[in-house]
Amino acid sequence: MALSGLDIFKLLPKTNCGECGVPTCMAFAMKLAQKKAELSECPYASEDAKTTLGAASEPPIRLVKIGSGNTAEVGNETVMFRHEKTFFHQTGIAIELCTSEGKNKLLEKIKEIENYGVERVGETLTADLYLITHDSSDPEDCLSAIKLAKEHSTKGIILNCRDDKTLREGLEIIKDDRPAILLQKELSDKDIELAVSFDGSLILTGHSYDDIDGQAKKAKAAGLNSLILNLESDNLGRQIQDNTILRRSALKKNIKSFGYPLFSYVRAENNFDLLARASALICKYASIIALPEYDKALLYSLFTLRQNIFTDPQKPIQVDPKVYPVGDPTPESPIFITTNFSLSYFMVSGEIENSGISAHLVVADAEGQSVLTAWAAGKFNGETIAKFIKDIKLEEQVKTRKIVIPGFVSMISGDLEENLPGWEVIVGCQEASDIPSFVKNVQLT
Amino acid sequence: MTFEIPRETNTGKIVEVTLGATAREGGTRSHTVTIGGSAALPFHFFEGNHSHRPVVAMEVFDKAHPKFPDALRDYFGEVLDKPGDMAKKCVSEYGAELISVRLEGTHPEKGNKSAEEAAEIVKQVLGSVSVPIIVTGHSHFEKINQVMKKVCEIAEGENCLINYVETDNYKTIAAACIAYNHTLVAQSPIDVNLAKQLNILLTDMDFPAERIVMDPLTGSLGYGLEYTYSIMERIRIDGLAGDKMLAFPMLVNPGYESALVKEARAEESDYPEWGSTEIRGAYWEIATAMSLLVSGAELLIMYHPKAVEAIKAKIKEMYGSRNGD
Repeated sequence: MALSGLDIFKLLPKTNCGECGVPTCMAFAMKLAQKKAELSECPYASEDAKTTLGAASEPPIRLVKIGSGNTAEVGNETVMFRHEKTFFHQTGIAIELCTSEGKNKLLEKIKEIENYGVERVGETLTADLYLITHDSSDPEDCLSAIKLAKEHSTKGIILNCRDDKTLREGLEIIKDDRPAILLQKELSDKDIELAVSFDGSLILTGHSYDDIDGQAKKAKAAGLNSLILNLESDNLGRQIQDNTILRRSALKKNIKSFGYPLFSYVRAENNFDLLARASALICKYASIIALPEYDKALLYSLFTLRQNIFTDPQKPIQVDPKVYPVGDPTPESPIFITTNFSLSYFMVSGEIENSGISAHLVVADAEGQSVLTAWAAGKFNGETIAKFIKDIKLEEQVKTRKIVIPGFVSMISGDLEENLPGWEVIVGCQEASDIPSFVKNVQLT
Repeated sequence: MTFEIPRETNTGKIVEVTLGATAREGGTRSHTVTIGGSAALPFHFFEGNHSHRPVVAMEVFDKAHPKFPDALRDYFGEVLDKPGDMAKKCVSEYGAELISVRLEGTHPEKGNKSAEEAAEIVKQVLGSVSVPIIVTGHSHFEKINQVMKKVCEIAEGENCLINYVETDNYKTIAAACIAYNHTLVAQSPIDVNLAKQLNILLTDMDFPAERIVMDPLTGSLGYGLEYTYSIMERIRIDGLAGDKMLAFPMLVNPGYESALVKEARAEESDYPEWGSTEIRGAYWEIATAMSLLVSGAELLIMYHPKAVEAIKAKIKEMYGSRNGD
């Protein structure tokens, strides 16, 4: 049963001591109700409060961290659909390193992956984790792969090794780096002991809800909370369904044994299939996916999808306010202006490109708002645009002295001309999709 | 424990829409294709039926867009400019379940082909394949109204999917669809309320509900996909919750949208971290299509043969033998 902020407030000391990091008990109670804080942060909570709040105050899905340098944080999600709030922790993408590939090849691969990152709307997108799979017979292969990864990378490591002795020796190498262990057999006491002593997390593999439930309860009873669930299925439809059921059970039915991040090792016939599977899993609740392949074009597509899905719907992605070239503009090319709301930018730049002309697209700083919203808020008018154009020294970059403004803000054209001496303002079309015909019919330079 | 699956039942159901018409129904198609009929969110097989699985259409052109990536030319070569032959190839070689004929060349600024020429192309495609046909237009109201009226007339009885009308321009085309027995796409710009409003306008003019397909407007991967994704989820949730004006099957355009983005064309030598150009376009389309599939798309118009193959295989895997076909 979820408790309201007021219910929780009644159980708190009401001293407003502030030691929890929040100024008042009421504010702390509200945070607890939103599952953004844990009761243990209050040093004076009564036993009564602990018992009553106990289960209710824990986040419904645990946050699990892997790695110490570039830590991958997964879990702690609170909604089924991104429009209800947002998805908080993006799917961790793990690349598999198989020990059978041999030391030289692995080193080359690790170096390449470490150097790989791709820029998109102001973010550098990279892989997050390595899954080291011990698929050769010599235990030394496994240890040397772990050493290579540790030496050349700060990404977190998931170990997939069936031999207990090798696993223990491997964990010893990365004991300070919050390792994760992928278990592919029924959980044993020894596994729990290993995870606890190396401060690692366990990825539990099961084949039914009851199986997963049993293993998670066993681990939790032994004091291990860093768990990740891997409910295996070969069928993608089944996987999405399972992920949905596990997430819904944790969020809405408060089933604690399902309140952990979800893991999927993506198997596929070819890379097209691999991408299709991975894409569906990113949308539908996988916290970590492990890929058997390193393919740059595939990763770029997946990273972009992940960035899209995990964008906070209430805080649209902003693009950097500056002048963007569309095509190959010269100083004499036409100039368009829009706001730095990512979608406005994408639509306008896309349609200018479709029109076949080259142009300068000035993206003004409007705090990420769309054209009309920004205008209504006083962030996109004659004065602000003129100031922005002066700040970026546009007159030094181009010879054109005409600027096309969005048709929706035709009312600012006079004001803009007044604030921008020497410039002519052209009122453009309202919809970006009309740009190709607009540029054919209007003299833009 | 014996775990009990938490089920959420829905009162609403997505309208079933049948595309195409066989001789018995007054057309010449070898079979019809029905979409919609879901009583649960996509892939929630545990709490409701999906009467029909999603389908994949491919698109042919009266005039191929000059920006289409080389990868498409590699697959289709010169038939890219021969809609009848290309349609045949899409169906027989790549397994297209429907064919969309895109009449962009009728736009006054993109070739200004006449309504008669457009109708001739549609006729040609109807003759070269036996699957149901989609006819896709553009947003030049005056011209597309002429074109679609003519197309509806010459394809009378074929139950084509006429793609599309929008709030500012629906009456002429909708009336032609009623008069000549076609199905209609209602397109709205990534907004639940605008989508609903257009459906209300259409049903107010007695347009039959079982002949409406919605297009929430597709943003490609990296170009606003997240807006389309969430609007589709919201439309579907509301439709299943009983809002009849949102309970229509949804059409998306991952092919067209992905083919035009820079990522489908840019050379690897210019963007080494983007990986191989040859496959990137297909990848972009797959990631776009897959996410739209999980957010509720029933009809996907796709371009790249490799992407079509991958998505069709996934639909088959995910829906298995659960649904009739």
